[in-house]
Amino acid sequence: MDFNLSEEQIILQQSVRNFAEKEILPKREELDEKEEFSYEITQKMFDLGFFAIVIPEEYGGMGMDYLSYILVVEELARVDACQAATVAAGNSLGSAPVYYYGNEKQRKEFLPELVSGKLFGFGLTEPNAGSDAGGTQTTAVQKDGKWILNGSKIFITNASTEITLGSIIQAVTGEREDGKKEYTCFLVRQNTPGYKAVPMHKKMTWRSSNTSEIYLEDVEVTDDDMLGKRGEGFHQMLESLDNGRLAIAAMGVGGAQGAFEAALKYSQERKQFGRPIGKFQVIAFKLADMATEIEAARNLLYKACWLKDNGKSFGKEAAMAKLYSSEVMKRVTHEAVQIYGGYGLMEEYPVAKFYRDQRLLEIGEGTSEIQRLVIARKLGD
Amino acid sequence: MNIFVFVKRVPDTESKIKIAHNEARIIEEGLNFVLNPYDEYAVEEALQIREAKGGTVTVVSVGSDAATTILKKCLAMGADEAVLIKDDNPESYDGLRTARIIVQFLKNKAGDYDLLLFGKQSVGADNAQIPAMVAELMDLPQGNVVTSLEIEGSKGSVLREIEGASEKISFPLPAVVSAQKGLNEPRYETLKGIMAAKKKEIPVISLEELGLDKEAIKPQISVLKMESPPERQAGRKIEGEPQDLAKQLVQFLHEEAKVI
Repeated sequence: MDFNLSEEQIILQQSVRNFAEKEILPKREELDEKEEFSYEITQKMFDLGFFAIVIPEEYGGMGMDYLSYILVVEELARVDACQAATVAAGNSLGSAPVYYYGNEKQRKEFLPELVSGKLFGFGLTEPNAGSDAGGTQTTAVQKDGKWILNGSKIFITNASTEITLGSIIQAVTGEREDGKKEYTCFLVRQNTPGYKAVPMHKKMTWRSSNTSEIYLEDVEVTDDDMLGKRGEGFHQMLESLDNGRLAIAAMGVGGAQGAFEAALKYSQERKQFGRPIGKFQVIAFKLADMATEIEAARNLLYKACWLKDNGKSFGKEAAMAKLYSSEVMKRVTHEAVQIYGGYGLMEEYPVAKFYRDQRLLEIGEGTSEIQRLVIARKLGD
Repeated sequence: MNIFVFVKRVPDTESKIKIAHNEARIIEEGLNFVLNPYDEYAVEEALQIREAKGGTVTVVSVGSDAATTILKKCLAMGADEAVLIKDDNPESYDGLRTARIIVQFLKNKAGDYDLLLFGKQSVGADNAQIPAMVAELMDLPQGNVVTSLEIEGSKGSVLREIEGASEKISFPLPAVVSAQKGLNEPRYETLKGIMAAKKKEIPVISLEELGLDKEAIKPQISVLKMESPPERQAGRKIEGEPQDLAKQLVQFLHEEAKVI
């Protein structure tokens, strides 16, 4: 066994930490309060290569391993979940599906832009199809050699910024021989007539990341816009979610780390009954539990990445890491607010935002309930 | 412009330094090590000069194998080449010894150079000796603790921080310049830079290859004792009416602190 990060991974980790503390931290509170997506920070993250991590060099990517990608997301989330979310969705749900399932023409059209300055959405969830992805109502019907898309998508990250190229839209294209719905994914460009992506506001969580509703009204696409083959949509989405879960787990580990560090520092500064509150066992033990759980979550996540990087099956471990990290961050942010006491309830202190941003992790890319279902199903394998 | 930048691996400034029990050394296990922050300004400056005027930037560290991580970091920032001078005694606290090793490298292995850049000091040992010693031993002009550096033809000029003011000096190249905070804002390593650095070999040069005799180069300084700084005492509280408080305060500043 070897728990050492490579030299490159250590440099990467330090570089991202440095960037997050100098470029993101000073703007975190204001962007969150204004619910504003920062084009400036996003472009800086593009320039550093954060959206090109696992894409091979021939498409303008860095060809790094998955663990390197996870380290980037973790370090960003340690400071700001919103910027981490833009990067996580950009990689896991934007460029990765285009690279994995796209044909050569599609890869060449989209990837150079997706690694250097443009975003792509991943349209799976619908108003009536959340955990039950089988309830998808968006349809694609063939007419005069074209596909006509109708329906809507909701809670789609990165789908309605000024730098969004388009979104992958999963639609029902018919019925399979076994009577189940047949799903196919299409690459739909932002300016296609009948296609509309609208930012969602008044969010409790991830306020400065972009979340969108997508409306499709007689949107015309062709076979050339199909991602992979007809009928592969469901499998593509499941596989993309397996990958995406690792990034959400990294947001849990990173966010928990950020909240823990704030609480540890505060416990050394805040005095009650004549001494720093961290000197009281009741607080010290909380901190010990937080540190222990974060370490366990990180090890589970890195192991899942190791499995993936070594070509082994990692779906179960990815679901475990996503489930566990989200819930560790829940407990850690809960206790961090507790340690801050009344100040923990004030937005001018950092733990309130960690507390709010955590909430998404138990819901997005498969709820904690769905993770348990995925894990349970794999226990019999 | 051919630029050499000399860099050192140091404990992260945020690390808690612990001293080994009954030994004159710090415990390295569990410490996070980084590129010396002042050296980072030197590397950034070298890269900016190269971007403006062309040439090459070579980073050099005198240290153990562990120093390759900071050399890789410099390569990831954009340095062209890196060299490790392998020294089994990387923390000797003997600045003159390190300066002699660097001088030997400059004479035997470096080839031509226009500029030798250093951080003004390393955090940790904080002796701030090497740049000045190398300049003296090489008989080169020097500008130390600089917050600005300009290269014009074969001349350099710097702004130096001095007590309560800054001083501008100029000198012919080649020269030694050591960087102070404020010289520039070091760049972040890009992923592209990190991947490019991965592919670069870092040649390792031994002290013998530099023509140095191990006996002759033995550290001349021995550290006898290390102690943590004393814990800060609680501040003194003075109490009373405002007029009385002012009196007490003035008395303290005058008689004890002796600042007025």
